[in-house]
Amino acid sequence: MAELGPVLEVLLGGLMSGVLYSLVALGFVLIFKASGVFNFAQGAMVLFAALSLVRLAEWLPFPLALLVTVLIMIAVAWTVERLVLRPLVGQHGLILFMATIGVTFFLDGFGQTIWGSNVYQLDLGIPSTPWFLFESLFPGGILVSPVDVFATVIAGSLVLALSIFFHGTRIGRALRAVADDHQAAQSVGIPLNQIWLIVWSTAGIVALVAGMAWGSKLGVQFSLSLVALKALPVLILGGLTSIPGAIVGGLVVGAGEKLAELYIGPLIGGGIEYWFAYVLALAVLLVRPQGLFGEKIIERV
Amino acid sequence: MRAPRSAALLATTAALALLAAQPAAAADTIFYPSLVYRSGAYAPNGIPFANGVADYVAMINARDGGVGGVKIEFEECETGYATDRGVECYERLKTKGAGAVAFSPLSTGITFALTEKAPVDKIPLQTTGYGRSESADGRVFQWNFPLLGTYWSAADILIQHTAKISGGLKGKKITLVYHDSPYGKEPIPVLQDHAAKHGYTFEAIPVTHPGVEQKAAWLKIRQTRPDFVFLWGWGVMNSTAIKEAVAVGYPREKMYGVWWAAAEPDVRPAGDDAKGYNGLALHPAGADYPVHKDILKYVYDAGKGAGKREEVGEVLYNRGVIDAMLKLEAVRTAQKIYNKKVVTGSEVRDGFERLELTAERIKELGFEGLVTPLKVSCLDHEGARKARIHQWDGQKWVFVSDWIEADTNYLRPKMEAAAAAYAKEKGITPASCS
Repeated sequence: MAELGPVLEVLLGGLMSGVLYSLVALGFVLIFKASGVFNFAQGAMVLFAALSLVRLAEWLPFPLALLVTVLIMIAVAWTVERLVLRPLVGQHGLILFMATIGVTFFLDGFGQTIWGSNVYQLDLGIPSTPWFLFESLFPGGILVSPVDVFATVIAGSLVLALSIFFHGTRIGRALRAVADDHQAAQSVGIPLNQIWLIVWSTAGIVALVAGMAWGSKLGVQFSLSLVALKALPVLILGGLTSIPGAIVGGLVVGAGEKLAELYIGPLIGGGIEYWFAYVLALAVLLVRPQGLFGEKIIERV
Repeated sequence: MRAPRSAALLATTAALALLAAQPAAAADTIFYPSLVYRSGAYAPNGIPFANGVADYVAMINARDGGVGGVKIEFEECETGYATDRGVECYERLKTKGAGAVAFSPLSTGITFALTEKAPVDKIPLQTTGYGRSESADGRVFQWNFPLLGTYWSAADILIQHTAKISGGLKGKKITLVYHDSPYGKEPIPVLQDHAAKHGYTFEAIPVTHPGVEQKAAWLKIRQTRPDFVFLWGWGVMNSTAIKEAVAVGYPREKMYGVWWAAAEPDVRPAGDDAKGYNGLALHPAGADYPVHKDILKYVYDAGKGAGKREEVGEVLYNRGVIDAMLKLEAVRTAQKIYNKKVVTGSEVRDGFERLELTAERIKELGFEGLVTPLKVSCLDHEGARKARIHQWDGQKWVFVSDWIEADTNYLRPKMEAAAAAYAKEKGITPASCS
């Protein structure tokens, strides 16, 4: 039983890190599902949202800062829709993807220019000292970080809300229609521009939530935008179009990389956590190219 | 249609005349390039250093009209801490003005890349508190100056300190958490040597760039419970390490950062949790030294400060000021040796090699208490190898040890062996130093 404790602890820690990856991956899935665009700027949006919140909170009471940040993210969505997406309606997905790379560079630079490049502390009032569970069962107990638990709860509620939104509402159905075919959706009277605004705003708010969870853990600073890279293997694993896929993918990547680092790492020199997720994703690609939960795409040529 | 054409001609002539006039202007200045990172993952640590350098140079220009009667032409180039961009900056700036006097890359990766270029271009590399450890051997690394202390010195000092406070390291466990880069790997050989000598168990855990993922490393530390954790991180990796230590309940009092993991941006993001965290200090923090009074008077009062007034005197700011001062002292020494005002990179190299900061000169410069005396020679390009330990009390850094000097008797032969191996590999004939 004594040996099982550490393994369980790493597994649990990994699963919770995975939830944080899922939060970022969720933003990608949302935009892809509803507009067929792979939004490379999601990481930059996480950074921008978190930076805006933490700097505004220096001047305003926290709830007001949060509200203003939500408005800022909607403004970002509106600007992206107007200046980047609208001129590119009907273009190939790859072109839209390239455009979002441009948005990434702009948001990274713009965010640092107006809000600064320092590390800012985001204190959400969550205790940082760990909890120890099952101390009677395992010597030293199983360590759980309250920040991770908080992130898990937030991610869970977000997924629930988004699932209801996508499957239970008119807008949700319209979003799915747009994802299948821009022009066909437009021809049956779905206002494409409005839909894009809604989905980019939602992704902006998801980015804000991810930014808060990651920011309270790491401090709000530039590296938050790199965290998005962690979402890529999650997406490959879970499938680009599936919200449950983003969650399960995150959990598998999180737990897998931590266990691999601890138990395979020492055999090959360590530091494998960073690329292990990609190897895992590659293995899945070989067996299921659409990811674990992705839709199998059949295109007639 | 005629007028615009003649206007264009006039403009071209004027531009040509300006271009022709430039070398004349350059002849009366020396060119000081500054490789910085004010954006990207490492910006929180890069900015205060860059500000210290820029403010000190601006102060010398404003107060003394330059160095040895020559104005300093100053230009920054953004590297983002990336080696390729650092090399690009170096190539762009090396021949600017009267030619760069020296480079401080502020990155061990960029230093490694430039070490082979510097002898060809005849421009010295000043690496205050970083760079290749064996480059302290000036016979092989004639163009490198790892002034004030190498990472091998740092590792040795940490072992001396921890051995002293714990009554010997026999049977103890020491874990190094390091940035998986040339920088982070530097202390490993020394810590391994000492493990055999002192009888402690040593383990090294790499953390990949930028260092935001460390959970596995710290869960391992929770299992192995080392007596001390040494932290060789940079940028966000440091504050993340402190936060992860809190998350697994590892005491901050048992953590020791190298001097690049012991500044305000490393501890502040962790808030109160960073209290008790220790680090090496090459010099104190604080803005109460005469040099700061001049910086505030000549630069900030004139509204020309590079950063915020209240950030003057932070650890990395002071390191930037010291780095700039040492460079300009090398320029001054070169001016004396060659008895001329505008000196080249190659002449400044000789200036570095004969750089001597006596207590008296330190006082004159306004750095009393901020740096210890140093003497560089052809054999020894490090000049001094002392540091103190300071501890974060939640608000500021407080010294908890006196100056500790690295053990030259142990380090010197090791350094010479490594330098000789490098010379052999690269086909360098070491200087005789006689």
